[in-house]
Amino acid sequence: MASVCFYFQVHQPFRIRHYTVFDRDNNYFDDWKNAQVCRKVAKKCYLPSNLLMLDLIKKYKGRFKISYSITGVLLEQLELYAPEVLATFQKLADTGCVEFLAETYYHSLSYLYSRNEFVEQIEAHKQAMQRLFGQTPRIFRNTELIYNNDLAALIDQIGGFDAILAEGADHILGYRSPNFVYRPLKSNRLKLLLKNYRLSDDIAFRFSERSWPEWPIKADKFAGWVNAVNGCGFVVNLFMDYETFGEHQWQDTGIFDFLSHLPGEIFKHPDTDFKTLSEAVASYDAVDTLDFPGTTSWADIERDLSAWLGNPMQENALYELYRLEEKVKKTEDKDIIADWRKLQTSDHFYYMCTKYFADGDVHKYFNPYDTPYDSYINFMNVLDNLNSRCSKALQQKEEESLLAPHGGVL
Amino acid sequence: MRTFMLGWEFPPFISGGLGTACYGLAKAMDQLGIQITFVLPKVETAQYSSHFKMFGAHGWFESEKLKNIRFRAISSTLQPYVASGTFGHHSRQSRAGHGKTAVHSNPGHLRWLDSMENYRGDMYAEVHRYAAKVAEIAATEEFDIVHAHDWMTYPAGIAVAAASHKPLLVQVHSTEFDRSGEHVNQMIYDIERQGMHAASKVIAVSNYTKNIIINRYGVPPEKVEVVYNGVECNPNCDSMPVRPDKNDKIVLYLGRITMQKGPEYFLSAAQKVLEVMDNIKFIMAGDGDMMNRIIELAAQLGIGQKVLFTRFLRGDDVQKAYQMADLYVMPSVSEPFGITPLEALQNKVPVIISKQSGIAEALLHALKVDFWDINEMANKMIAVLRYPPLHRTLCENGHFEAYKFRWEDSSAKIKKIYEKVLASA
Repeated sequence: MASVCFYFQVHQPFRIRHYTVFDRDNNYFDDWKNAQVCRKVAKKCYLPSNLLMLDLIKKYKGRFKISYSITGVLLEQLELYAPEVLATFQKLADTGCVEFLAETYYHSLSYLYSRNEFVEQIEAHKQAMQRLFGQTPRIFRNTELIYNNDLAALIDQIGGFDAILAEGADHILGYRSPNFVYRPLKSNRLKLLLKNYRLSDDIAFRFSERSWPEWPIKADKFAGWVNAVNGCGFVVNLFMDYETFGEHQWQDTGIFDFLSHLPGEIFKHPDTDFKTLSEAVASYDAVDTLDFPGTTSWADIERDLSAWLGNPMQENALYELYRLEEKVKKTEDKDIIADWRKLQTSDHFYYMCTKYFADGDVHKYFNPYDTPYDSYINFMNVLDNLNSRCSKALQQKEEESLLAPHGGVL
Repeated sequence: MRTFMLGWEFPPFISGGLGTACYGLAKAMDQLGIQITFVLPKVETAQYSSHFKMFGAHGWFESEKLKNIRFRAISSTLQPYVASGTFGHHSRQSRAGHGKTAVHSNPGHLRWLDSMENYRGDMYAEVHRYAAKVAEIAATEEFDIVHAHDWMTYPAGIAVAAASHKPLLVQVHSTEFDRSGEHVNQMIYDIERQGMHAASKVIAVSNYTKNIIINRYGVPPEKVEVVYNGVECNPNCDSMPVRPDKNDKIVLYLGRITMQKGPEYFLSAAQKVLEVMDNIKFIMAGDGDMMNRIIELAAQLGIGQKVLFTRFLRGDDVQKAYQMADLYVMPSVSEPFGITPLEALQNKVPVIISKQSGIAEALLHALKVDFWDINEMANKMIAVLRYPPLHRTLCENGHFEAYKFRWEDSSAKIKKIYEKVLASA
């Protein structure tokens, strides 16, 4: 028996507008650009993909199953700019064949900098899932599949989860296969699901790559690769950005045809089915314990943190951002806290990456900046303004509290 | 492969980007084994003291280092104007102090040596007189291709190519539109246009220049090839720069003080920076026809005490200026290539460069602004001065990247273009 576990990451950040040191206002985000990107991706990807998923679920009478992780920052934007997409996600939730995962509401790197903030953001995301989709997530995925032993310990401690997702990185797995369920080192309750990056990336990155010897891949060929797992694994974890469908891979590459034919081809093999991640976790026992002493992610060939923490600018920006946490929270100002949290979205630091700057590759995707330097300058200008807003707000609060006891007298 | 090259005097005899480019290119082509007959306007032979040997009185030079190059000098008053941003490097010193020459910049972009004996009265006549002389020399030389650098040698190139039935290649280091904006000198424009159209191939120093050649001179795009300049490895740059004890951060402008280089934009941005930060000094190194106006402008903007003028710098002083700087800014209105940002990066100084430059299209690790966008220029200056991680990242990556621009690569590309031209001839 082998189960295909599709999980799609659905996310768009609140991009920051061009903000110079001379700007003084509180409007940090580029509403026009964010609306434009959101509507464009909705039209090219989210909407057609959701409709196709609904069709497939209907056609296969509930045997086709998928999982999503939708970030809070995208949900906010969908409510503003593309409510029809939200409605189709809700329809998907109603089918009972779709699972929604938990992550940090702001798609942040808070796990690395602030445990408190991390816990608060997971809680906020959980509540959003309950409110919008009527589900309480049981599976946790951290931003960009960032994972290490301590994350498992922390998630175990927070409680309420059955499994965590991680990258099936070669340097962790060694001879082992990602097609089994594993146990994390520091938790007895949790299980680990690992991304099968070869098969995932065949779809996400190589689908339209004509120089790839296997091009073009059709549903029957891919189903053959998946079915080959039977006998040497239980799960085929296909984890990818939802934007793969129609956006990273344009419609004219045949990506939607591929997707619509895939379940039929998979079902031709009697021993293969589709499962949501929770079903997979419930169906299969862990075969081994995996030790992730270092931190892994699903990004770039390095599969580490270097996409967000690879140069002094990124380190500095993140450090300064989280240094503000106490000050920001002390203000108890909802707008300030929300702005600060939107700045935590990992994309802002991804834009500052100088690693593949020369190649002009995937880092360019919807990147509003010409260079990583521009993105750092913009970010620091905003942060500087936020800092002075905090100072002002705190000063005001202090003055009010000084006046308060005598308020009646004065 | 033999080329008949119409070039310009090498540094240190003469100033500026054009001479520097000819030198870098010729030296690297020599390494590739290309035979070069290098024709140039005559130099003051008395000042020849470097590695060139001179034979006889007919203007024959031979170099010990350059074994495939023969030099043939022609007596002429032609002087290339400093073509790109390397004005600061050399220049002027060669003829100053002899008492008989008065060198000054003028808007006509030629530095005329007024009192030289063979001065013929006007530039136009001189360019054509030079062409005739070159054609005479060419008759005694064997070559496969003619290669001319910038407009003053185009008429000579056309004449030689016509007489010898060899293909002509012109290399554009700057155009009249870079130097003069929209107020072009029609005579110069016509010569440039003629040269480009007569040539089998036009080499542009950047895509930026290629676009000007296509759009302003009506040259078909497929005829224009882009070959970037290189930059000489400066062995002193890798040693840790000696930074003087200083409390103020220094922002450097280094180039001619003239319209093309955008000095007034630099000052306006400086004023904005000083609204936000205090401990900054702005150094303007260079000379030029706008010098006095710019000094006045600094006073007018109320930042006179923060802006220092060094006038013209040479040799080691240029190096020192780079090494003192925390930031280099090139606000050029139109810059065909722009070697100075690369020199700054060699000295581990981060750079802000105008988007209206050739180097902006090729250099990744630099901050780029439109020259007119004062707000953004100031925004970026402040960021570099205020955030050490930005300064450091720009420096480290840029320093590394600057060494990508090598004359070896430029000359290899030119060799390929030669082969293409000869194959189709």
